[in-house]
Amino acid sequence: MADFNPKIVAFVCNWCTYAGADLTGTSRMKYAPQVSIVRFPCTGRIDFMLLLKAFAGGADGIIVSGCHPNDCHYSSGNFHARRRWVVFRGLMDFLGIDVRRVQFSWVSAAEGAKWAQLVNETTDRIRRLGPFADYQRLRGLGVG
Amino acid sequence: MARIGVFICHCGENISATVDVVKVVAEAARIPGVAHSVEYKYMCSDPGQQLVKNAIKEKNLTGVVVAACSPRMHEPTFRRACAEAGLNPFLCEMANIREHCSWVHEKGEATTQKALDIVRTLVAKVKKNKALEPIKVPVTKTALVLGGGIAGIQAALDIANSGHKVILVEKAPSIGGHMSQLSETFPTLDCSQCILTPRMVEVAQHANITLYSYSELESLDGFIGNFKARIRRKARGLDEKLCTGCGLCMQKCPTRKIPSEFDAGLGLRPAIYVPFPQAVPNKPVIDREHCTYYRTGKCRLCEKVCPTQAIRFGQEDEIVEAEVGAVVVATGFDIKHGDFFPEYGYGKHQDVIDGLQFERLASASGPTLGEIRRPSDGKVPETVVFIACAGSRDPAKGIEYCSKICCMYTAKHAMLYRHKVHHGKPYVFYMDIRAGGKMYEEFVRRAMEEDGVQYVRGRVSRVYERNGRLVVKGVDTLLGARPLEIEADLVVLATAGVANAGAEELAQKLHVSYDAHKFYAEAHPKLRPVETNTAGIFLAGACQAPKDIPESVAQASGAAAKVGALFSQSELVREPLIAVVDRQAPPVYSSCVGCFLCQSACPYQAIEKEEFRGRDGQVVKTVAKVNPGLCQGCGTCVAFCRTKSIDIQGFSHAQVHAEVLALLERGERDG
Repeated sequence: MADFNPKIVAFVCNWCTYAGADLTGTSRMKYAPQVSIVRFPCTGRIDFMLLLKAFAGGADGIIVSGCHPNDCHYSSGNFHARRRWVVFRGLMDFLGIDVRRVQFSWVSAAEGAKWAQLVNETTDRIRRLGPFADYQRLRGLGVG
Repeated sequence: MARIGVFICHCGENISATVDVVKVVAEAARIPGVAHSVEYKYMCSDPGQQLVKNAIKEKNLTGVVVAACSPRMHEPTFRRACAEAGLNPFLCEMANIREHCSWVHEKGEATTQKALDIVRTLVAKVKKNKALEPIKVPVTKTALVLGGGIAGIQAALDIANSGHKVILVEKAPSIGGHMSQLSETFPTLDCSQCILTPRMVEVAQHANITLYSYSELESLDGFIGNFKARIRRKARGLDEKLCTGCGLCMQKCPTRKIPSEFDAGLGLRPAIYVPFPQAVPNKPVIDREHCTYYRTGKCRLCEKVCPTQAIRFGQEDEIVEAEVGAVVVATGFDIKHGDFFPEYGYGKHQDVIDGLQFERLASASGPTLGEIRRPSDGKVPETVVFIACAGSRDPAKGIEYCSKICCMYTAKHAMLYRHKVHHGKPYVFYMDIRAGGKMYEEFVRRAMEEDGVQYVRGRVSRVYERNGRLVVKGVDTLLGARPLEIEADLVVLATAGVANAGAEELAQKLHVSYDAHKFYAEAHPKLRPVETNTAGIFLAGACQAPKDIPESVAQASGAAAKVGALFSQSELVREPLIAVVDRQAPPVYSSCVGCFLCQSACPYQAIEKEEFRGRDGQVVKTVAKVNPGLCQGCGTCVAFCRTKSIDIQGFSHAQVHAEVLALLERGERDG
């Protein structure tokens, strides 16, 4: 499993985590290259069905990250995201997807180091979990 | 058919040192829809931008992906370049291969592969981008200022002096607020009225200011630049145009023993009154609750003596409608009254008073004409105990916060007392002294060292009466928690500053948020301190949190500057990255089913209802509609929508879908 090269999609908000990941870059901190970012205005924008689409499309792991509670640029979007995540975990269980494949986190625009650590830890965990092999089955369920 | 141009930047060596740019260019050229793929050393430089512009024209590009630094850095640069070349700026996207790739990964195949993944993602997105036009919203250049205390006065004057119309609404019969009640102000000890009343007069005389005193906001609708306010002008009981403010009615009024609000209950006023002689406007109000005529149907003495026949007993409240572009909320604060402090005997003993009452005792215009005399028997108190933090910083009382002004005004009170009663003994019980501010610490030191105010660090447990004097039972924590009893003639409580009684109701009318203590919430605690989360509504003064006069004035000027910036243009131009609701031809009209989940989720009240009517005029469908003036583009509604009828421009379903699938490489196969 050690040489398995996972595909991890990160859904992040524009104001905190995207800027935090920019800071990781300007600070020249190194992290694993298996994570790619999709930018959203706010984590509140994220339709969690998109996470299923990503799994059906072959993602091995997913990161969802936005502003810390009470720091949301739009005041409450991150709380909506958190509630959806709580509900979504139940759905993941039901579908038989290991909930450890999704990492929910808050990374602020000042936490460049936290972003690097988050990516590395998530990459390590997904490596240990191995490839998400059930994606064709998900598409059979009509998700893809 | 899409014709996308991909422009890959070396950023000197910032990108090319770890990413094989040449390979990315070659691979990008093979992505379906890419018509042009080039590299350049510095894409953001003039020749780099020219490269983009020329390619747009020569290759007829329908979209542009610039693979370089973060969009937070240069997205505006390249969007402008595209616009200059005739391509809609919203058809340009940045692929962040520097901050998110070359700077954070080692040189190698995986890094180049990731850069290519990022480019492919953004190419997939830009194919789904739509040409967008900036949103233009007209601006009504009139500001509504709520509250005529020092913050509201300052904001109104600043806005009016920058050439815009202002409507100032004050709840009380006169403007002036709490500041007009104060005796002298820290840390300079200049008389409050002397510095305030000229400003009040300026407000009344300013050609750009319409003053509605004794009025309240009834409702506010609309959005930034386009609010509609309904203002209730409460019936004064007289014709303001005829009244000259001569005051004869007040002299003759037979009902004279009503506790004066302005004197914090220490003085008396008649039933027809102005709050204080320097009131603006200087026109009386009939207090219908106490007026003999309203109570018994007889009297009308004021009507008989009025030389201009201005009294109107039958007058009713009037509703005024006004169109305004911005609102400054400056409704101020209150202090804790009543039986909130049973342990201190407040409300039980006449000689236990609050800070505002002491202000009136010390004020030259107050009920004692500035002599410190205790309310019970009018004697000059020999010993006065001041208790700071009465309620504040006390979780047990439900007020965890510091009221901020009490340390300073308590020092001032003790000082004023000594200035007026030279042999008097002032004691101050305090928890900590918070004297952060220009000349503040020096001021407190002066009270201690020059005016001999005895500061005792400790809490007071009880105040009770013994042989006609008040016993203050406390503890001195700097002397080994030694219990302490002081016999006092007067006890002054620096009671906590709290939000106004009507703060919550007003917040709901304005759609602004507030904290657990009903103080109004600023948009950002550090960087947007005068804005609320509702665009076009600003905050000034103590309605946001307890604060002193200099801070209130500074915030008011800040709010006025924000209003000035808003009014400096006839149209608001905003990025069109906002939500839109699906519209179709009749009879479908929209895929929206009208559940209005989006409305409950929207933090900006930007979702409205739109009704469609058939030929017979009957409503056939009610669906959601986004107000482009209010929507901030967070997209929370998008994720809520059950029918995917609401979408957000710039981050649409189609766009993010395409991105995710492209990232997973199976995107093209799955469509």
